[in-house]
Amino acid sequence: MYDGTKILIGLIIGLAFFLSPFFYNAGKAAKAPQPELSPKAKEAKVCVREKDYMRSNHMQLLDNWRHTVVRDDVRYYKSPLNDKIYYMSLQQTCMECHSNKSKFCDSCHNYFGLVPYCWDCHVEPKEKK
Amino acid sequence: MDLNRREFIKTIGIASALGILGGKGFELLLPGELDAKVLTESKGKQWAMVIDMPKCIQKNQKEPCKECITSCHTIHNVPDLADPKVELKWIWKEKYENTFPGTHHEYTNEAVHGKDFIVLCNHCTNPPCVRVCPTKATWQRPDGIVMMDWHRCIGCRFCMAACPYGARSFNWGDPRKCPPDKNPNFPTNMAYPTRSKGVVEKCTFCPELLAKGELPACVQACEKIKVNALIFGDLSDPESVVRQVLREKYTIRRKPELGTAPKVFYII
Repeated sequence: MYDGTKILIGLIIGLAFFLSPFFYNAGKAAKAPQPELSPKAKEAKVCVREKDYMRSNHMQLLDNWRHTVVRDDVRYYKSPLNDKIYYMSLQQTCMECHSNKSKFCDSCHNYFGLVPYCWDCHVEPKEKK
Repeated sequence: MDLNRREFIKTIGIASALGILGGKGFELLLPGELDAKVLTESKGKQWAMVIDMPKCIQKNQKEPCKECITSCHTIHNVPDLADPKVELKWIWKEKYENTFPGTHHEYTNEAVHGKDFIVLCNHCTNPPCVRVCPTKATWQRPDGIVMMDWHRCIGCRFCMAACPYGARSFNWGDPRKCPPDKNPNFPTNMAYPTRSKGVVEKCTFCPELLAKGELPACVQACEKIKVNALIFGDLSDPESVVRQVLREKYTIRRKPELGTAPKVFYII
């Protein structure tokens, strides 16, 4: 092999460069997100559905809501938890309680690298800093 | 196989006749979706609007009035982009001659010549925009409202090409990047969404207010200043306000020759 050493050195440097992010971040697992409840949400104790359902299925619920409101003109949701009636609106109902978007929605979405396009149109509540 | 010229032409002729008449060719000629529709009076609520222009003009002559426009655009977060090329409008002013092209003539009541008419989406009974929408982002509700689902709009702008009234606007950019000096508090209504770049928008007759039993924002605004030039109601109810006005006054619609059957009527 001509110039074997040079090639080998180059390969090692290249490989080290390629793997550097892994070495750099080794042992530093990002903390699992802890979405924070706003005082109002804490006080309410219940959401429109049980906590586990909301955690795993809120996107389906919201998708369902937007469909029924916009296309079927059905605007109220009866919670199967306590038969309470909710006005189906992300801006007016969800964010009324969860007014801390940056600490509630964004904490998980950022962790998973999700960019939901809800907020392209829907206005997020103004947060006190 | 030997074919002479005559036999060859015969075979080709029969084959092409079968091709046209058989299968898809035959289906194409069947009556269907592309036929002109016979408009029938539907059951249930049918929202409609009557615009009493003499009242509107009278108010405007005293002092320029755009209460309905301001109210609508504030409630629905429609920004003022200060450029007619990209403007967004749900309800706006149009000169009489441009509102009723072909219908006007120089001997009509001089009081309306060159005057600003209030125009908005006509919520046609036979809406051409709905026919061309490839995603059903715009569709006709059972109560006659030509509704928009901005979640579903892909921004192809077929509807804008189809609408003969120019009632649809396209978001060429992000409406939240509107000039802040013209829109100091945008978004103006925190309870209503804005739109995103690449979405078509238009008047929706305020279904969110109708659901609460309220009148559309523009009608409320006109009532508030006690002009009452915008009259809103149920077309299918013979005793409704709109039907009473339509019975008493002679009204015209925009571009009736197109067969779209608008549900916005004008008293001239």
